[in-house]
Amino acid sequence: MTFEWIKIPQSLLTLFIVLNYGLLLTALVQKIAARAGRRHGIPIWQNYVDLLKNYGLRTNITHGVMYYLGPVFRLSGGVGLLLFVPTIYGSEMFSNLSFAGDLILALYFIFFGTLGMALGAGESGHPHAAIGVSRGLSQVTAAELPLALAVFSVALQYHTLSVTDIVAAQQGGVAHWTLVTNPLAVVAGMFSFLGSMMRSPFDVVLAPQEIPIGPPTEYHSSYLALMQTNRAIFPVAKMVIYMNLFFGGASSWAEFCLKIFLIYMVSALVGVVFPRFRVEQSIRWFLTWAVPVGVAAILLV
Amino acid sequence: MQQDDVVEPRVPVKDELKKRTVKGPDGFEFEVDPIHDYYCDARPEVRPGSYLKIVEDLFNWARSESLWILGFGTGCGAIEMRPLMTPRFDAYRYGIQWRPTPRQANLFVISGYLSVKTLKRVIRSYEQMQNPKYVVGLGSCTVNGGMYWDSYNTIKKLDEYLPVDVYVTGCMPRPEALLAGFEELKRIIRAGKGEGANLYAKNFDWYKANQKRVIHDWDMPDYNW
Repeated sequence: MTFEWIKIPQSLLTLFIVLNYGLLLTALVQKIAARAGRRHGIPIWQNYVDLLKNYGLRTNITHGVMYYLGPVFRLSGGVGLLLFVPTIYGSEMFSNLSFAGDLILALYFIFFGTLGMALGAGESGHPHAAIGVSRGLSQVTAAELPLALAVFSVALQYHTLSVTDIVAAQQGGVAHWTLVTNPLAVVAGMFSFLGSMMRSPFDVVLAPQEIPIGPPTEYHSSYLALMQTNRAIFPVAKMVIYMNLFFGGASSWAEFCLKIFLIYMVSALVGVVFPRFRVEQSIRWFLTWAVPVGVAAILLV
Repeated sequence: MQQDDVVEPRVPVKDELKKRTVKGPDGFEFEVDPIHDYYCDARPEVRPGSYLKIVEDLFNWARSESLWILGFGTGCGAIEMRPLMTPRFDAYRYGIQWRPTPRQANLFVISGYLSVKTLKRVIRSYEQMQNPKYVVGLGSCTVNGGMYWDSYNTIKKLDEYLPVDVYVTGCMPRPEALLAGFEELKRIIRAGKGEGANLYAKNFDWYKANQKRVIHDWDMPDYNW
């Protein structure tokens, strides 16, 4: 198999589009959540300004090598996840670096950034960071279980581990989507999705704007800016997986934007309605509600 | 302003803060110095802006449009910041957000009177913020002591201890006044005059002497990031 060098600039173009889309989308969803609270919310371009400001700070300090590598791991988790799954189905240009067994790699990449972050935040030595990391890892681990079960169910259903093939099998109308053909797997996957989007009721890890901000407590300037970049890319990359596995993929950028927005809105709507779970509550919730659905999806496929 | 009277701490250092040798569970002996900062105890330096004026102007614009406030209410004025987060005033519209850690914040709102005990924590928090950083004094207490002018335990002029960019006077000022103060701060930053961090670094000895004159139990590093 020969490697085509044109794939590199094409993948970078995908990355660029997704970064900008992610920055605007997260701001838009924050605005929508603010409207639910009768506020105006941040300006739509606020994420760009925050990024620019954080890159433009004049000082930064380090706590050691892992502290440097934490945000780098986090970002490579997001970028890797995006680059190894096909973004636009049927487009040679935006199929990125996907290959036959990419589904397993994608599952790995979803977890990768969290682990890197745990090491980096652990080295910062701040107790809030350590608490945040232990909360985050336990919650992500519990949320990962139903996703893994749903993915296995989908892989069994289509007899393949290639995301491209799974998308191909779902073409030809809504009736062919996994949403219709294997609804239990989709429900398990979406339960897991709620848990991994860092929105209420599963946002105790970051607990935004309260005393413990969690793992990034000690991160600032460029380190924080790297993590903000990832916060724009990673959710979109994750939703690309969901879109490809469950909702028929996207054959154009317009379809991509619409589907990603709607998938994001699932967690945003749940987030503005439900209050926050404590960690042990959320783990119990995943084990009692999401995992049995995932097991049923595997048994009934 | 006398500078020569007090530098020595008048209160003895607490036992748990003294330098000592500790024996670990594996029998390994090591030295612990709680007051020493292991990461950075170097003096702050004046950090010039970007070499190109157009780049620095762009950064200044971004800094002015992305003010992250340290969520640290020092006095009664902290109650005036809550309406700013909620629908009535909604400061998020203006790019103002609250951060729970000094590392990520770049605006310190000293909300009202500052007792000497709190001043200690304020100084540590301020020094942990990254350059450039800004200070807004909220309420008359930060200007001249306000109604606490003859208190035995509060500082009178905030400007002697930290470089203040904007004062918002009143007792208490309404949230609107605070918003107007933030807009004024934005103008100052965009004009390239929000250089409090560099001012602090330049006049570091003067600020430290002032701080140590009122804080008698100085049991922390002289500068810690």
